[in-house]
Amino acid sequence: MSTPRLVEVRQNVLKQNDLLARSLRKRFADSGLLVVSFVSTPGAGKTALLEHTLSSLRERGLQVAALVGDLATDNDADRLARSQAPVRQITTGTVCHLDATMVEKALQDWSLERLDILFIENVGNMVCPSSYDLGENLRIVLLSTTEGEDKPLKYPTIFNTSDVALITKMDLAAVVEFDLEAARTNIQHVRPGMKTLEVSVKTGAGIPDYLDLIVSHVTQKVSM
Amino acid sequence: MHELSIAMSMVEMATEECLRLGAERVNALHLKLGLLSGVVKDALLFSYEIACDHTPLQGSRLLIEDVPVKVYCPNCNSEKTLDSIQLFACPACGALTPEVIEGRELLVVAMEIEERQQDAEVIA
Repeated sequence: MSTPRLVEVRQNVLKQNDLLARSLRKRFADSGLLVVSFVSTPGAGKTALLEHTLSSLRERGLQVAALVGDLATDNDADRLARSQAPVRQITTGTVCHLDATMVEKALQDWSLERLDILFIENVGNMVCPSSYDLGENLRIVLLSTTEGEDKPLKYPTIFNTSDVALITKMDLAAVVEFDLEAARTNIQHVRPGMKTLEVSVKTGAGIPDYLDLIVSHVTQKVSM
Repeated sequence: MHELSIAMSMVEMATEECLRLGAERVNALHLKLGLLSGVVKDALLFSYEIACDHTPLQGSRLLIEDVPVKVYCPNCNSEKTLDSIQLFACPACGALTPEVIEGRELLVVAMEIEERQQDAEVIA
């Protein structure tokens, strides 16, 4: 014999992740470190952009590093290591997103104090990463022109949980008849006020503005 | 598809709570699920069943309450519920607004537990 009873719980399912992300964010702030994460579909150009970003920011005299999430291979980390910046791979196995625990583990024995900016490249996925706070200061969502201008409407949550949108592969915009105005409007519909930049890693168009945007956040942090 | 890991966290949490309360089993979990949580309801329901296997939640029901997205409209100076998450605009005046008040929830609000009769009597 047993009796059923309803008990109140009120527990956030992602509480563990959120708490850890909060403590990571504090640790980053204490070390004067800016943490920028990238989210996008597979193939939107995260690695190419990051490769370019690491090299360019090193030339500007900044200490940069990257964590790269991938399901299986470490090809991306190999590509990024060419920039000479410290790069670490997080192989997630079958997991389709990074979470705060993976970031914490990957950062073990790294002295963050010597770094200015840490980049985190999430697994290529427009859905799952949106649920997990990694403790980053800036989340950048990439939308490549080849994906079409309606992506923000198909994946509103990932845009809504990001801080900046970057339209990549602008060199291909004309070929694929990408409607830039429609893309900008769609982004504003799912995340009003979102800062949006257009870039092409191939031609370099828009890259200086994008780098300035990132660097401006470093300066803000130091002056805080 | 991260719903399985989310379902497993829920089951883990409920199992701990079940043990803490000295209950025999869990019959149901009540979950508030925001439209902006990034979690797909059907995938979560499917994963939940698998995650419950061989736990005190085996065979239990997951009761999901969908939470629509509520925003603050500075123009109307009030809270409004969005018609669609594809347009963050006030349904009354049309102004775009990024201020989300509700809709990101992924919250277990209650659970139905079954207690052993003698324990219930001791408590009573």
